Amino acid sequence: MKEAVTVKGNTGAGVRSDCEIRLQLFSSGGLSINLNSKVASMYGDTIRSLCHHIFQFYGIENATVEIEDSGALDFVIAARMEAAIRAATGSSKEYLPEMIMENLGKSSRDRFRFSRLYLPGNTPAMMLNAGLHAPDGIILDLEDSVAVTRKQEARLVVRNALRQVRFYGAERMVRINQGDMGLQDLDYVVPHNVHLILVPKCESPDYLIDVEKRIEKIKSDSGLVNEVYMMPIIESARGVEMAYEIATATRSVVAMAIGLEDYTADLGVPRTSGGDESFYARLRIVNASKAAGIQPIDSVFSDVADMEGLRENVLRSKSLGFEGMGCIHPRQIPVIKKAFAPDIAEIEKAKRIVLAFREAEVKGLGVVSLGSKMIDPPVVNRALRVIDLAGKMGLIEAGWDIESDSIHPEK
Amino acid sequence: MEMVKNSAGRSVVTDINGSAAVPFQGVGKYRPAGRKYAPPVASCADYPSDGDKRAGSIREALEKCGLRDGMTISTHHHFRNGDLVADMVFAAAKEMGVRDLVWFPSASFPCHEHFTDYMKEGIIHHIEGSMNGPLGKFASEGGMKGMGVLRSHGGRYQAVQDGEVHIDIAVIGAPSSDPFGNANGLEGPSACGLLGFALADSQYADRVIVVTDNMVDFPCVPWQIQGNYVDVTVEVDKIGVPERIISGTTEITRSPDRLLLAELTARFCDAAGLIRDGFSFQTGAGGTSLAVSDYFGKIMRERGVKARFARGGSNKYLVSMLEEGLVDYILDGQTFDLDGVKSMARNPGHVWTSPFTSYNYHGKGNFAGMVDIVILGATEVDVSFNANVVTHSDGYLLHGIGGWQNCLFSKTVILPLPLFRDRIPVIIDSVTTLCGPGELIDVIVTERGIAINPLRKDLLEAVKGSGLPIKRIEELKMEAEQICGRPAAAELDEKVIAAIKWVDGTVLDVVRKVRTGNKS
Repeated sequence: MKEAVTVKGNTGAGVRSDCEIRLQLFSSGGLSINLNSKVASMYGDTIRSLCHHIFQFYGIENATVEIEDSGALDFVIAARMEAAIRAATGSSKEYLPEMIMENLGKSSRDRFRFSRLYLPGNTPAMMLNAGLHAPDGIILDLEDSVAVTRKQEARLVVRNALRQVRFYGAERMVRINQGDMGLQDLDYVVPHNVHLILVPKCESPDYLIDVEKRIEKIKSDSGLVNEVYMMPIIESARGVEMAYEIATATRSVVAMAIGLEDYTADLGVPRTSGGDESFYARLRIVNASKAAGIQPIDSVFSDVADMEGLRENVLRSKSLGFEGMGCIHPRQIPVIKKAFAPDIAEIEKAKRIVLAFREAEVKGLGVVSLGSKMIDPPVVNRALRVIDLAGKMGLIEAGWDIESDSIHPEK
Repeated sequence: MEMVKNSAGRSVVTDINGSAAVPFQGVGKYRPAGRKYAPPVASCADYPSDGDKRAGSIREALEKCGLRDGMTISTHHHFRNGDLVADMVFAAAKEMGVRDLVWFPSASFPCHEHFTDYMKEGIIHHIEGSMNGPLGKFASEGGMKGMGVLRSHGGRYQAVQDGEVHIDIAVIGAPSSDPFGNANGLEGPSACGLLGFALADSQYADRVIVVTDNMVDFPCVPWQIQGNYVDVTVEVDKIGVPERIISGTTEITRSPDRLLLAELTARFCDAAGLIRDGFSFQTGAGGTSLAVSDYFGKIMRERGVKARFARGGSNKYLVSMLEEGLVDYILDGQTFDLDGVKSMARNPGHVWTSPFTSYNYHGKGNFAGMVDIVILGATEVDVSFNANVVTHSDGYLLHGIGGWQNCLFSKTVILPLPLFRDRIPVIIDSVTTLCGPGELIDVIVTERGIAINPLRKDLLEAVKGSGLPIKRIEELKMEAEQICGRPAAAELDEKVIAAIKWVDGTVLDVVRKVRTGNKS
């Protein structure tokens, strides 16, 4: 009898740190594992014993598996094996790799989200070093970057990555699919300490409420208490009109992003570098977010080679009130962070205002003045925010205000 | 086969293809005795009085030089992957029915893949030189009749000068030559810049043939190779494939991970105070190395400092730094692109060097030792900072040594390396093949942290408080193992397929045959 072959994973030219699994189940004959790998001399035994363990976990005693490996780590091999076995047997059991200690950290509502790096959910090679580029967040994407036929495989890779990949301090984000598929995606990520869920093509608060209900259900089923935040992405004319309702849909919404490729397509106009066509939408997102007390986040800049264009784009974003931007390439991260950070002149001015404000407080003066100029309370507040931001970003040293005249010009 | 433990603790051969070999005795410990090797005395009476030494074909030239079984034939790699000369030589030898030759190239490239056939047919007995890709695989699996010998560029010059290798016939491909044999690499369809790798061969080989596809009237100037050393000249249609002479690795990497590594390397050098007015550096031609030079350039512009010289292979990036005035001189050992070739031909600040001036350890000093910062690669490093550049962790011989060993004598030796490559950890307990003693390797920069050799207390002190991720090398090794798992050591055969020479001609390590057929 000819048994069907189930194929999962990736192989071929250009594929790295991944593997392809070809699985055949039989009714007799025992287990046979054929490994073709350039790391066979170093990790062949490890890989074979992992496969045996997974077969045992699923109660499979007779099967042949061929592994075409390009240096996949164990969590990737396990995800590919699980995908193949579940597809071949219909099992829904989850083979979970260990959760590493450093992946248990928490996030917070108001942490910076200047830069967040999109990574395709079914491409494990990109995940290993992503955190080293120091983005504020890493988005493991299940939506647009994953082919429709690979969604299930990607869920397992993303789930295992949430358990095993080091994020080096970046916020742990997942972009789910739309509709029911998106709700199902949550089952694969919420139990594994995901910090934030990106909800694409959001047009109403109702869907966000559904997402939140599903999250709460998963949390109570698994006894979890960690907070899972949401960042809806507005990508249509209708979504823009609903911006404030979306921003205030639930308390879990901590930021709202705009996706301009889909938005301009919805308008039926080309996306230009000047962005006149999306000016209204961007302002609307900023205003709705600020009104709701959440962070407005700008769309990605798609020319990864044009760093100067990116820098100008970020400065424009910042001037409109955005507090972050998506990245599709790690080299965009430092440019975005630097541009969103307050610059030296801004910091120095803020320092002078804050010192004048404190002096006025100490002296019990009702008004703050700097030289001959009166400083209004909103200006003081903005200066306080700049100092706070600069402190958190390591741009000023703690205690800068203690010896105010010893500013270190050489630093 | 008799093996002894050398001073690096490696078990090495004492006999290589019938000649006695000295085991490595420690850095700077072995002192050669005696005088340099000398080729036979020649007489003008035996050469055409009009200076026209042309032969009609390679075969005729080889016949004139008395090619016979068992001879050592040298060729050079200045045409890199576009070399047609070596094949012409062995094709002619095959036609002549000559057997058991020793091929002594300055390096081999993928274009020499099919030399495995010459070895199978018995025309080539073994290779003394780098064995890359399929040649390395062939040798690693025990296909070569004799033992391979791997030397650095400087070690090759040393071996020829000291008479350790006796070249019977040197065949030098020259982009320009006159009928007398004066030759250079600057002009002609196969222009490659310089011919320094062939210098030793021209000086010491019994017989020297210059092959060109651009024969010019006497005098061919400047003469990088002097015709007075040359026995025969030959004109052929084509000696190189220009687009393959240009190296494939002369673009700055676009890989974000490698750029990060390069940036970290440059930041380290800056923090350690190494980038200062009048400093010197050498980076390789790989994408990461080029990115390091690029970051150096940015730092130099910011600081307003200039380098006195940059050593090593040249390319458009280095040339633009020279033209911008960021470096006073390029001391070029190998020209990687046409910008480099053009610059060398017209810019007096772009100087050609040779393994003699830059690398030869048995000379009265060399340039490599004067370089402040050198950036090198490696396949593996161990916790004692020993490094391997020739084999992979599975034991396969896949790369040559190049100038790598010679550059270890520079003042600060930095290896930017990914902590792992497709699951293969780069920092391990003990290197598969020892190519460079750890005492000469100062810094390992990885994307996950920087390890400084504890011998370099000055560097450890200099980067204190810099905010750079300085870690112990053991910590880095552990971090890689946490991610990749602990690798099993490759199981290798007892049989030795190649010897690794140190810069002084002693045997630093050996390469063993890999075990095949138990891969699943």
